[in-house]
Amino acid sequence: MTDIMEGWETVIGLEVHAELATQSKLFSSSRNEFGGEPNTHVDPVSLGLPGSLPVLNEQAVELAIRVGLALNCRTQPSIFARKNYFYPDMPKDFQISQYDLPICAEGWMELPDGMRVGITRAHLEEDTGKSTHMGGGGRIHDAGYTLVDYNRAGVPLIEIVGEPDLRTPEDAKAYVAELRAILVAIGASDGKMEEGSMRVDCNVSVRRIGDPEFGTRCEIKNINSLSSLGRAIEYEARRQVDLVTSGARIRQETRHWNEDDGRTHTLRSKEEATDYRYFPEPDLVPLDPDQAWIDRVRAALPMLPSARRHRLAEAAGVGTETCALAVTRGLDDLAVAAIAAGADPARVLVHVDNNLADGAGALTAESFAALIALETGGQLSSTQTKAVLAELVARGGDPSAIAAELGFEAMATGELEALIDRLIAENPEDWAGFVDGDEKTRKKKSGFFTGQIMRETKGQADGKVVAAIMESRAGR
Amino acid sequence: MSARARDIAADVRAGRRSAVDVLEEHLARIAEREPEINAFNLVLADEARAMAQAVDAAVAAGDDPGPLAGVPVALKDNLCTRGIPTTCSSRILEGWRPPYDATVVERMRAAGAVFVGKTNMDEFAMGSSTENSAFGPTRNPVAPDRVPGGSSGGSAAAVAAGFAPLSLGSDTGGSIRQPAALCGVVGVKPTYGAVSRYGLVAFASSLDQIGPFAADVADAALLHEVIGGHDPRDSTSIPEPAPSLLARLGEGVAGLRVGVLKELCGEGVEGISPDVLARTRAAADALAAAGAVVEEASVPAAVYGLSAYYLIAPAEASSNLARYDGVRFGLRVDAATTGEMNELTRTAGFGAEVKRRIMLGTYALSAGYYDAYYGKALKVRTLIARDFAAAYERFDLLLSPTSPTTAFRLGDKTADPMVMYLNDVCTIPSNLAGHPSMSVPYGTGDDGLPIGVQLLAPAQGEAVMYRAAAVLEGGLS
Amino acid sequence: MLPDMPERISREEVAHVARLARLRLTDDELDAFTHQLGDVLAHAADVEALQLDDVPPMSHPLPLKNVLRPDVVDESVDRAEVLAAAPSAEDGQFRVPPVLGEAP
Repeated sequence: MTDIMEGWETVIGLEVHAELATQSKLFSSSRNEFGGEPNTHVDPVSLGLPGSLPVLNEQAVELAIRVGLALNCRTQPSIFARKNYFYPDMPKDFQISQYDLPICAEGWMELPDGMRVGITRAHLEEDTGKSTHMGGGGRIHDAGYTLVDYNRAGVPLIEIVGEPDLRTPEDAKAYVAELRAILVAIGASDGKMEEGSMRVDCNVSVRRIGDPEFGTRCEIKNINSLSSLGRAIEYEARRQVDLVTSGARIRQETRHWNEDDGRTHTLRSKEEATDYRYFPEPDLVPLDPDQAWIDRVRAALPMLPSARRHRLAEAAGVGTETCALAVTRGLDDLAVAAIAAGADPARVLVHVDNNLADGAGALTAESFAALIALETGGQLSSTQTKAVLAELVARGGDPSAIAAELGFEAMATGELEALIDRLIAENPEDWAGFVDGDEKTRKKKSGFFTGQIMRETKGQADGKVVAAIMESRAGR
Repeated sequence: MSARARDIAADVRAGRRSAVDVLEEHLARIAEREPEINAFNLVLADEARAMAQAVDAAVAAGDDPGPLAGVPVALKDNLCTRGIPTTCSSRILEGWRPPYDATVVERMRAAGAVFVGKTNMDEFAMGSSTENSAFGPTRNPVAPDRVPGGSSGGSAAAVAAGFAPLSLGSDTGGSIRQPAALCGVVGVKPTYGAVSRYGLVAFASSLDQIGPFAADVADAALLHEVIGGHDPRDSTSIPEPAPSLLARLGEGVAGLRVGVLKELCGEGVEGISPDVLARTRAAADALAAAGAVVEEASVPAAVYGLSAYYLIAPAEASSNLARYDGVRFGLRVDAATTGEMNELTRTAGFGAEVKRRIMLGTYALSAGYYDAYYGKALKVRTLIARDFAAAYERFDLLLSPTSPTTAFRLGDKTADPMVMYLNDVCTIPSNLAGHPSMSVPYGTGDDGLPIGVQLLAPAQGEAVMYRAAAVLEGGLS
Repeated sequence: MLPDMPERISREEVAHVARLARLRLTDDELDAFTHQLGDVLAHAADVEALQLDDVPPMSHPLPLKNVLRPDVVDESVDRAEVLAAAPSAEDGQFRVPPVLGEAP
């Protein structure tokens, strides 16, 4: 049976909302902080009280400029607009957002595999409060009532709209992960999807491969993790292909991802889309950051993940994708320095990816390089190296000294020879097979002895050294 | 003893009169005539006594309570007063007590003012007669069968009736100047951004301005100086201190170029009564006699002002008034769902004129109509601003009638909204341009009722405007 | 306006606008508003007829820009005071009837 997705391409564009890491709200002075007793981070502005007026937070603008620069966007003169709709968690019953003139426009972002994704725009807007449904079954359609907490109302958000350049759920996940890494790197947001400080809406359409036209798209909301992003796209693309191949039409609509049943459900169609009646926010004046400000922000930007991947890739002589995990873990500085200190790049990346999941701790580039030299020089087995590495992470120090302390050094020489001699004496027939047997027998016996040695040394013997001793005892 | 604010403040500061005595005189007048006039939604007798006592205590302690020491002031009921009901004369806000003071309220407190009450108004400042109040109309103290004008009718009436020497109103399309004209007092709309809007319950944010009412020009200037100046809580506040007005009030108009605005004197807009036009010409003559160079001026786009205003103001209002949804404050009519509750609350809480403007504004902003209506109106605003700029290259000040007619009878103009809207035709252009303008009493009409003339100045041209107003006032006395 | 003249806004549009604005109108109010809104829009025909393609819109009377406040936290308003003014409150929160549907 062939997969119905065969011959079809999924087209994905993402809209990511991230809460900006300011002290106070976008338009007022109450605290921007996750959690807290309900309605304790509120003021007349964030409660939408009559007579209150918004005043724009300078730091939110600075963070938006940072985001724009990190995404290779143009920072441009912008204005705020009101998006009008009634909802109890929206205190003024309109949201102050940016509409036709966003602060950042036309950028791009590079994914670890080198793919470039276009960024349409990034704009500032205020977050809503939080509604909690009480009574009934806890679901929105059950009877009961709703409680509203405005602590989150007015928290600054940046909405980053990506071009429909993504083609697979993996692309989409990589895009969100990369975006999160950038936002965290530049200090714009903590990027926590689980706390809702980063939220993803996803536009999905399908088309036959080679078709120049995009299909009708659906927007999926309520995606709360990278894994649900992947599953939602997977589900939605299949649903759409199913519809089209069975002769039905796809309706442009907003759909809701349901984590429990793993499906998307119609929220509303384009026809019933709300008329937001956008118009320029008369209580705020235009925003036009001068070049000096933008230049200052640019000069203060840290090195971004893609640049760090490129730097490590160049140092290690590998592709950027191979360096992604090191950069994600923030271990690329260490890796680059260790390589510069002479460490074998491949071993550096293997240890970073496999043995340093919890960070480098007290490990320095110099001790890391020295350890890898012991490993590649055959003085330590890979298992021993891993053990020494763990100690270096825990308390730092000199790799040779730690290896000695762990008893690894002696094992490599006299002790190992004595052990091999004893095993030869205890197993003369097997040894004869190793010395005189045909190739098959020799291999089998080599395996027998190596296994015994490893068991006795609890895996701390270096396989290469063992082989060398055995060859030498066999007179070869 | 003088009923003028500046005299009261001088006497109280010098210890010649007590703030409590001043207040009691005014409370006595309120007790006498308020039942007939209905200028107030709320008389703050207890709070006012406490404030007056504090002023007297400060004076006794050798402190200076400030430039409004012991002066009774009435506040339009759309100015937020901490812990004191602020209703906008709407059922939907009945009983709401703001948890904060408007900036102007703070500044007047700091200046030693005594708040005697919150004044009646057209609901959410939408109207020109104060008949749209949910709490009954205010009557004109000069002729109680007449309206006081609006929407700040209560504030105008309070000054005209001697309930307070000073009051504050708000002016979105003429809501200070028109009632000032109809009640025979001075009313000023400052430059947009000259007085903080923080704590003014919004009607149309890009047009709203708070301004003073007073019995004469100098008192208006005194209050204007106290409330003006930059406020970091209002993004549209001009980043400069309040203008100095009183010090230059006597400088006269010799050499000033004054243009009589022909479009607002019968050549562009219709319906301006002959006696109003006659008083406007008389005012022009008086300024010329005082040494001003008076000529005819033209702001051609002003004739589109009314149309543009009745698209822009309702559009902004439709959004500003969305928050009255029964969730956080004010009225709630309960229902099975929040959506239904919102709808029932708004339906029960808003009066007909407010609903009409919300509907109009919602329509003007809605998909498919934005460009034809709201977008077009914003462009007309540009035209009006350009025409004013051209006029102000030739003139220092412009002159026109304030209101097309003298005060009309209660009920006369309530049947047809469009007829009521025409009251604002002379006052709207300076709101659209963001310029200062004021109404100065200048005699009476054929019916014996007050007539006001309007002085218009370019942005931040208040000082010159007040000088001319003082000349007109002086010529009459 | 003559009775056979088409209104500038239809009764259906008025009903739609009322829904957008969360207002419930009686049949009489619908009729009256249809007529009155039509009058205002008819008056605005002078503006509608202007050719203004080259004129920029003016949404602000002032030439201000970049009005910003420092990112400083100030005291929150007193929750008890704010909730006391609410039509209904529970557990430090604003209480409303059940909400149908999600935010648009």
